[in-house]
Amino acid sequence: MSVLFTIDNVTAGYEEKVVLRDITMAVEENDFIGIIGPNGGGKTTLLRVILGLLKPLSGRVDFTPGDLTLNQIGYMPQVAQGDILFPVTVEDVVLSGMMHGMGATGRMGRKEKKHARKVMDELGLTPLAHQALNELSGGQLQRVYLARAVSGSPRLLLLDEPATFVDSSFEADFYDKLRLLNSRMTIMMVSHDIGTISTWVKSFACVNGSLFYHPHSKITDEDLRLYGCPIQLVTHGDVPHIVLHKHS
Amino acid sequence: MDNLFEYSFVVRSLLGAFFASITAGLAGTYIVSRRLVFLSGGITHASFGGIGLGYYLGINPVVGAALFGLGSALGMEYMSARGKMREDSAIGILWALGMAVGIIFIYLTPGYAPNLMSYLFGSILTVTNGDLIALGIISVVLIVYTSLFYRTLLYISFDEHYARTFTRHVDLFKYISVGLTGLVIVLNIRMAGVIMILALLTIPANIIMLFTRQYLRIIILSTVVSFLSISTGFAISWFTNLPTGATIVTVLVFFWLVARIVRSLKRSSKIEKMKK
Repeated sequence: MSVLFTIDNVTAGYEEKVVLRDITMAVEENDFIGIIGPNGGGKTTLLRVILGLLKPLSGRVDFTPGDLTLNQIGYMPQVAQGDILFPVTVEDVVLSGMMHGMGATGRMGRKEKKHARKVMDELGLTPLAHQALNELSGGQLQRVYLARAVSGSPRLLLLDEPATFVDSSFEADFYDKLRLLNSRMTIMMVSHDIGTISTWVKSFACVNGSLFYHPHSKITDEDLRLYGCPIQLVTHGDVPHIVLHKHS
Repeated sequence: MDNLFEYSFVVRSLLGAFFASITAGLAGTYIVSRRLVFLSGGITHASFGGIGLGYYLGINPVVGAALFGLGSALGMEYMSARGKMREDSAIGILWALGMAVGIIFIYLTPGYAPNLMSYLFGSILTVTNGDLIALGIISVVLIVYTSLFYRTLLYISFDEHYARTFTRHVDLFKYISVGLTGLVIVLNIRMAGVIMILALLTIPANIIMLFTRQYLRIIILSTVVSFLSISTGFAISWFTNLPTGATIVTVLVFFWLVARIVRSLKRSSKIEKMKK
């Protein structure tokens, strides 16, 4: 496997509050990384740094190893951000994922619409193309935002808590779609729920001020303690079960 | 009964109404969908302070209004972007201050006191060539701006956090859009007045949004609704001698009520069908 991009000694934060400290990581092509860690640990900040939305205080994100560009990154922010009463259709939202590199006068012609249709087909959104967002269920809305993130055919897909507003019956279907997408793009996914995602991701990164990369999807309580990653571990065995215990 | 169109001022008023409708359709769709109605109320009333200042200094009141309108529009966008202050409070303060300053300056102006009522509901019957030229220019500017940057503007309004991933000019576009909104308000103020502008920016877009969620359709159809409402109100006031501006506003609200009723009838018949 080859390296897609690297994060080199990045320190980042907001107005005198440093959130990420001296982070270094090499992201390999076609990896599917679950980014876990406590609230305020810097998971979203890490995504913002990769997206170029937040300039690191020191260090840098280096796209040269895999010839990656910002326009090749798809992003699915936490669902709450778009105004679902805003007058846009599902198709409009999916098309917005193709604005990258188009410039401010970007036009959506027949070619773009055809491609958007293909993406919507793949995610089962075609019957909803002309619906308004407030007419959709949580699961459908989630797929619309995923479609927006992948319609630009990105090489790297960043997902921020994609399952927050969806009940668990949709989750398996959603992660199934992600696994399909993973065959053609690298995925980094922020989640608070290690238990569920451990079935789907290939590796873990724990972000808690600093970052620890764990190259397998099987992560144990021992690992987490070693990484200083104070989150509750929920494991799935053959029989799904939840282990709750105190850190002391 | 007199024939309406025998009078050149009627044609002129309708031309004014046409431009006002275009600007209201474009700016109104932006304002309503981005939930900036209260902000535009603030800009509108802040402009009134500029009108007072204009009279006091003996300059064209529209110039004073333009300074206040544009300044308050850009200032409020700046403050809300910085998150330095509660946005609605800032708007409330500016709103009250604009009206108060306007009244004080007009009181202080020696000699002829302008009719304040005409700035609340406008004087569409006395629209000047200057007004028409200014409104024509801002209409063209808005049409060009919106059609050139349609997708970018749409997506910034919908989800500016996401828009930042594909354009570095989110803030620039927001300032230009709010600035143009300020200009729309100011240039309509002599003809339409403070209250009618607010009605024109808010009500037509709300009526259309009851029926469609397609942004471009909302722009076009709310322009049509604006023009229909102004013309209807104009005709009613012509034949009944009621004040024109107030009649137009009442017609707009009436159309909005009718639209709501039509929408709920449509909904219930849809549900009936689904039951069968």
